[in-house]
Amino acid sequence: MEYKVNREGGVLTLSLTGELDHHGAASARTSLDREIRLAAPKKVVLELSQVHFCDSSGLGLIMGRYRCATAAGAAFAVKDPSPAVERIMALAGLGKIIKTERSVKI
Amino acid sequence: MTAIKKKKAVKTDSFSLEIEAKSANESFARMAVAAFVARLDPTVSELADIKTALSEAVTNAIVHGYRNSRGVGRIRIKGAVYEGGKVVLEVKDKGCGMADVELCLRPLYTGAPEEERSGMGFTVMESFCDSLRVRSAPGKGTTVVLTKRLGGGAE
Repeated sequence: MEYKVNREGGVLTLSLTGELDHHGAASARTSLDREIRLAAPKKVVLELSQVHFCDSSGLGLIMGRYRCATAAGAAFAVKDPSPAVERIMALAGLGKIIKTERSVKI
Repeated sequence: MTAIKKKKAVKTDSFSLEIEAKSANESFARMAVAAFVARLDPTVSELADIKTALSEAVTNAIVHGYRNSRGVGRIRIKGAVYEGGKVVLEVKDKGCGMADVELCLRPLYTGAPEEERSGMGFTVMESFCDSLRVRSAPGKGTTVVLTKRLGGGAE
């Protein structure tokens, strides 16, 4: 699981690429939390447009980062979820708890 | 009322695959099953359903079935396709098994809360397949059977 970090103002954007299964989630979890703690941002954005597979372990990763950000006093949002992410989030009803942002496509 | 006799669907192809219970093999198992099912010409969404459900079953075997076992356990995946577009997948481990299957099937229940599990594995399997069967007993391992009919559920 690869990720890119972008800091702009108080917003920390973490963009994930790859397959968000148990294996991918386990490898990304610790480093993502470290980024959140180090940046101490006002808001954490998890950008998931390049996640081509996501199962319940990926769901656990999203929920866990939401908890980590909230515990650090930051706001949290998921940005541009891929269809794979979107269907699993919808199944779990995560949209009611976690805000989803979408970039405007031109 | 006339009873309509259901003709038993004919199995057209099958496979059996054994993998080591390591998380790196989760994507391998998904890819292998996806390649096998591809011969039925599934839609993108059907293929995603099958891959996701299979991934849940394999992950459960690794995370829960073999959580306390020494050495690397083994997972047996069997698959078959039938005339009419039915897919049956079986995922079997020889791990610790479950004492209370009904409890484990409950949405949001997890047997490993310390590992940041969402507790949605079985719910995903149920939602993305037409049927889910679970056979398990403590110390006897677990067998999960997933069935999905491709092509809009038509006979």
